[in-house]
Amino acid sequence: MIEVKDLYFTYPTGVEALRGINLTIDDGEFLAVMGQNGAGKTTLVKHFNGLLKPTKGEILVDGVSTQDVSVAQLARNVGFVFQNPDHQLFSETVEEEIAFALRNFGFEETVIKKQVEWALNLLDITQYRKTSPFMLSGGERKRVALASILAWDPQVIIMDEPTIGQDYQQKEKLMQFILQLNAQKKTVVVVTHDVEFVAECNPRVILMSQGKIVAGGIAEEILTDPKVVAQASIVPPQITQIFLELADLGLPTDIIDVHEASKILLGRMREKS
Amino acid sequence: MSVFEGFKFRKVSSAVHRLDPRIKFFYVIILFVMAILFTKLLALIVLFFIPLPFVFIARVNRQWLRSLRGAVFFAIIIFATNFIFGYFYPSSYTEITGAVDSLGEYLVLLERASAMTLRFVVLIASFSVFFLTTSPDHLGLALQQSHIPYEFCFAFTTAVRFVPVLADEAQTIMDAQKARGLELERGNFLKRVRNYIPILIPLIISAIRRSLELAEAMESRAWGASEKRTNLYVLKLKRTDYLLVLVSVLMLIIAVYVWLYVSIPSLTTLLSL
Amino acid sequence: MAIIETRDLTYTYPGATNPAITEVSVTIEKGDFVILTGPSGCGKTTLCRCFNGLIPHFYNGNLEGEIVVAGLKVNDHKIHQIARHVGLVFQNPENQLFALSVEKDVAFGLENFAMVRDEMRKRVDWALQMAGISELSERPPHELSGGQQQRVAIASVLAMQPEIMILDEPTSFLDPVGAQKIFEVISELNKKLGITIILVEHRLDLASMYANRVIVMDEGKIVLNGEPRKIFNSEKARLIGVGIPKVTQLYQHLKIHGINLKRVPVTPQETANILREVLKHD
Repeated sequence: MIEVKDLYFTYPTGVEALRGINLTIDDGEFLAVMGQNGAGKTTLVKHFNGLLKPTKGEILVDGVSTQDVSVAQLARNVGFVFQNPDHQLFSETVEEEIAFALRNFGFEETVIKKQVEWALNLLDITQYRKTSPFMLSGGERKRVALASILAWDPQVIIMDEPTIGQDYQQKEKLMQFILQLNAQKKTVVVVTHDVEFVAECNPRVILMSQGKIVAGGIAEEILTDPKVVAQASIVPPQITQIFLELADLGLPTDIIDVHEASKILLGRMREKS
Repeated sequence: MSVFEGFKFRKVSSAVHRLDPRIKFFYVIILFVMAILFTKLLALIVLFFIPLPFVFIARVNRQWLRSLRGAVFFAIIIFATNFIFGYFYPSSYTEITGAVDSLGEYLVLLERASAMTLRFVVLIASFSVFFLTTSPDHLGLALQQSHIPYEFCFAFTTAVRFVPVLADEAQTIMDAQKARGLELERGNFLKRVRNYIPILIPLIISAIRRSLELAEAMESRAWGASEKRTNLYVLKLKRTDYLLVLVSVLMLIIAVYVWLYVSIPSLTTLLSL
Repeated sequence: MAIIETRDLTYTYPGATNPAITEVSVTIEKGDFVILTGPSGCGKTTLCRCFNGLIPHFYNGNLEGEIVVAGLKVNDHKIHQIARHVGLVFQNPENQLFALSVEKDVAFGLENFAMVRDEMRKRVDWALQMAGISELSERPPHELSGGQQQRVAIASVLAMQPEIMILDEPTSFLDPVGAQKIFEVISELNKKLGITIILVEHRLDLASMYANRVIVMDEGKIVLNGEPRKIFNSEKARLIGVGIPKVTQLYQHLKIHGINLKRVPVTPQETANILREVLKHD
């Protein structure tokens, strides 16, 4: 679906943000891009819908190089949800906000109506359709922003730090929603430094540091490797930390989930007694 | 935008940077007055060289040149208007009587238009040196010590502080809307203007929210606690500052003397000798 | 000794129909490190604004009940008077720094107090050092990372030497490393200088080890108030949707299956130690 070949990117200010990225994202995959602030995560994903064009190297989306295509064309396939919903909300009503992109893409009025309805339902905001997005709470605004992108049903959905500023319950809801999208065979790319969030979703993970990919694999492998994790300046999930600490007792160390952890501990305790 | 580039302060330390901004401003004003006094090309060429040592001592040559390059567009307009105006109304402008018809008269006209253009360049060049070597912080301080009300000085420095922040934010908003299929360059003139609404509204709303938060933070840090505030920094005149005053005044005296008693030959006559 | 005391505090924002907080009665002791948490919109921020007088003086609206902070009746004192005792650090680091250099920002409050320059210089340097950012003193704020900016905000409040420091979700825009650093700095202020800390936070997994008290709010009311271990292990906290640390969740899972660990852990290290004993003993 998305193929990144030897990508280099330097900002006009001279900052070398990406230095030789190679990556393939398959159709229907769920990928988490992790690393410290400033590691180049957001710079990388901004290449997927053409907001940034490579200084060197190439990105292919569905086999087409992003170099030759406008953002608007790429956006049909690749939806990008920005971190802060306030950077995009501008319409008088929620309904209008969701229809904005559909109008830009030149959908017919009947289709627009249908898609808006669908998106309102999907994110459970139908009751706010005539409300001004500015009257809504932070969590609700986030859902409106999400709906305004899912409305045109892009195949790839990129989310930049979706959990930032969200409370526990909103986070849980968001996680369920992302997993559901992925279950519907959507390709989902999430940029995040929320380790616990990734530990619960267990997607494929790439770790970035100083413009390079330093490790890649499923979350269970990556987040439980203390060396790899330290290289990207992130802290392993709490559960993993316990098991790393107890490694000398012969317990496995690649544990990120509470349920699995308690199962293993219980097994071990029964064995002994 | 490159004209403004030349006016952006960069943090370097040099003898010029350390000069008192009030004195530097005085010096720039003297240059300004001198540029206005003279209309002869020869005199203006001399004036053009006066700020050069400052540029080199402060090591801001590149930025300074960039600001000059940014002024090229205006310089061409000034040159063209002067030339065309001089062609049609030569007597109100030069010593030429009647229509411009000989090569010599064309040269006189050319010299006159060049002089007017150079006058503009001298002004830009000297103001640019001032802004390139004066931190906005010092400028605010200078305003304050010149008995301008603190509220005004504070507004000034805060505005400068938020320029890069707002520029970044505008870029993010533009990206977010482009990712929803907005094409800024599409349509006729009116449509293009309207294309900016989805960018302006989030920008304005965020600026309002920002200013409220700023006000809250200021209140929380004891804004208005006492009638007479103190200041962490204070500007004190140093020996180099007095030296610059002296040099400036001397320059002015010489300039006035030349203006009154010396007739500056025109370049055309000099060269034809 | 109580440093903050409210009784039946109810506040309604101007133009709003429903109060943002209702009948909040709470006592915070001097030297406490309190985590204030709860779902967004529960009234945490509103309560913080009451503590330093932004409510009612900046926001107007209708405030009922009693509130005394550091011996001052909030209703009768101006915000800048309360600012000598209470510092407030906000969520967005960008919008609380107004100067063009770090040290100038840190000096802002002191300048307002009309402090003499030499004294001010000392205080600024001290505050920068406590926040671990001495080397940034002349940098412009927009060149700093979010975590560094937030430490500047802490230093600029600290420079005023308040007895109470309130931090309203200071880490929500930061990465885990930046967040950890903030928690360490404020824990230091709490331990070394005895400053009372009120930290509004969702990331309980990282913050809870520093606190001696957790207050949970929901729908404008305080619903839980006590020792972190007790709160995290309570059924009510789970129902409200407080982000209970994973290690506490593990404790609960084990308990359901009949394994009773001797203590409710709040950090991975502590959990590992307890588990090690259990596993070795058996």
